[in-house]
Amino acid sequence: MMKFTQSCRIHEKKIYRNEALFYSDQALDDKTNFKTFIKGAYKYLGQSYPKFFKMDRLSKLGFIAASVLFSDRVLSAYAPEEIAVVMANRHSTLVTDTKHCESIKNREAYFPSPSVFVYTLPNILVGEICIRYGFKGENAFFISNQFDQDFMYQYANLLFQSGETKACLVGWVDYKDEADYSAILHLLET
Amino acid sequence: MQGKQVYAIADNIINSLGFSTTEVIQQIEAEQTGIYQHEIEAIYPTPFWASLVNNEQLQTQINKEFVGQSVEHYFTRLEQMFLLSIQDVLRQTNIDVKSKRVLIIIATTKGNIDLLEQANRDTWYYEKFAERLDMSYMGDVLQKYFGNPNQPLVVCNACISGVLAINIAQQLLQTEQYDHIIVTGGDLVSEFTLSGFFAFKAVCDGICKPYDQDRTGINLGEGVATVLLTTDAKLAQKYSKIRIGGGGSSNDANHISGPSRTGDGLNIAIQKAFKQAACSAQQIDYVSMHGTGTSYNDEMESKALGLANLLDKPMNSLKAYFGHTLGAAGLMETIVAMASMRKGLLFKSLGYTKHGVSQPIQVIQNTQKHKIDYCLKTASGFGGCNAALVLAKIES
Repeated sequence: MMKFTQSCRIHEKKIYRNEALFYSDQALDDKTNFKTFIKGAYKYLGQSYPKFFKMDRLSKLGFIAASVLFSDRVLSAYAPEEIAVVMANRHSTLVTDTKHCESIKNREAYFPSPSVFVYTLPNILVGEICIRYGFKGENAFFISNQFDQDFMYQYANLLFQSGETKACLVGWVDYKDEADYSAILHLLET
Repeated sequence: MQGKQVYAIADNIINSLGFSTTEVIQQIEAEQTGIYQHEIEAIYPTPFWASLVNNEQLQTQINKEFVGQSVEHYFTRLEQMFLLSIQDVLRQTNIDVKSKRVLIIIATTKGNIDLLEQANRDTWYYEKFAERLDMSYMGDVLQKYFGNPNQPLVVCNACISGVLAINIAQQLLQTEQYDHIIVTGGDLVSEFTLSGFFAFKAVCDGICKPYDQDRTGINLGEGVATVLLTTDAKLAQKYSKIRIGGGGSSNDANHISGPSRTGDGLNIAIQKAFKQAACSAQQIDYVSMHGTGTSYNDEMESKALGLANLLDKPMNSLKAYFGHTLGAAGLMETIVAMASMRKGLLFKSLGYTKHGVSQPIQVIQNTQKHKIDYCLKTASGFGGCNAALVLAKIES
C-alpha cells in the first residue's frame, strides 16, 4: 500500500510544511521579488549548498521545496535506486528559455551560455534534487496544464507495483513569472 | 512484470532519410546518412552539420495527405510532422482513434521552440501560433485534430523522453485503462538548441563518430517518430512481431550536464529493465545505445555495458544516420531496432572506425544478418537521467 507521508507547498512567498506555515516573507507587500523570497528561505533553512546560486528560478523553487520537505526527514531506509522523483509543470522552463533567446537575439553580440542553456530542460530540476539527496531511482517529468494529482499518484503507484520503487517524491513545480509560481511536493512511501 | 503483454503494431519515422519507417530503413540499410552541412542564416550564423527534414518534401507530403485542408495555416512545422506521422500509423491498422480507450503520449524536449526565435517572432507565424509554446496546449491541438477524447500525456525529460514514453505507455496499458496508446515524439533543429549545443562546444564539425577515437561531438537532428502500442492479442497476431518486454529509468545523482564517470546510473536503468522484462544479460542479442558521439557520453556507456555484462553483445548508435533527435531519439531508434529484429539484421554503427572507449564493446562494423530475439535500447540525457527498455520478438 502506498501512503502519503510528507508535503511541502510554496506560493505567494509562503512555504508550508505538512500544511503548517513554515516560512513567509511578507516584508514586501507586493507579490513580486521572488529572488529575495527564495534567498531568504535558503538562509532560513541554514543551507550551505553553493550550487543553489547557480540554479535558475525553477530549480531554486523546486530545490527549496524539497529542502523543506526533507528538513526533518532522511530517507535512509531506502537504497538510492529505490527512490523515484516524478514531477510536472505547465510552463516548462519558459523564463530560462527567454533568457537563452535574449543571448542569441543579436548576431553582433551572440553569447549563448552553457550554464543558462542547461536549465532549458525542466527535468534538470529533478536532477538537482537527485544530486542533493543522492536519489538514483525512476525519473519522469510531465507537462500538463494543471497539477493532476490523480495521475501523479497513479503513476507513482505503478512504480511501487513494479517492486523496485519504495519511495516517490511527486510534485508540481511551475514558474511563469514573479507573481505566478507554485510548488507542491508530496512524499509517497510503501 | 505481471499484467497483459504489450505489443508494437505500427510505426512511422519522419526525418532527413524519409517520411516512413520503410523509407528510413532502406536508407540505413544502404548506409546512407542524412547529415549534411547546411548554411541557413536563420538557424545559425555559420555553416553547421545537421540532419534536417526537407521543407519542400514536407510540404509535398502535407499536400498529398491532407488534401484541401490548408494544414500549414493551422499547424506549426513540428505539428505538421506529428500529424503526418500519427496519420501514417493510424492508416496501418483499424483502431478507432476517437475511442476513449485510446491515449496519445507525446515525447518532446522543446516542442514548438522555433516560435521563440527572433526571426519567427517577427512574422505572422508567431502571431498565429504563440500559444503553442505551451507544450500541453500543443498536445491538445493534436488530440483535437484526431478527435481523441483523452488529454494527451506530455513527457518532457530531456533525451530519454522517447524511451521513457514507451515505458510509461507499457505501464499504463497494463492497468487496462486503455486498449491502445499512440506514442509519438518530436523535436526540431532550431537556433535555440543549436546555439546551446555550440555553446557547450558539443557539436561535431562533420558527421558524428560515436565510440570512435576521433569523435568530437553530436549532430542535431529533427523529426517525429510514432509507435502504436496495444494489449490486443488479435491485433498483435496480425500486425506485430515485437512485444515491449519492460523498462526502467534512473538518475546518476552526479552532475546536471555531465554523464557519470562510472556508468553506474545507466546500469541501474538497465537492471530495472531486465527485471521488468524477466530477462537476463545473456539473453540479449543486440544493444541499441544512445551513442551521441561526445567524449564523455560514449565512454560512460561503455562502462555501463561492462557493469551490465554486455560487453560481448553487438551494439550500435544510429546518430550518424539521422543525428540526435532529442525528445524523439529514443522512439526513433527503438523503431529502427524493431525493424532490425523483424529483418534479423544488425545495422552498421556508422562513423566508427577506430575504437575510442576504454571498454572492449562490440561496435557493429558491417551491416549483417543476425537473429535477434531480445534487444536492449538505452538513452541518457541532461539532468543525469537514464532509461532502458527491453524489446522481445514474439515466437512465431
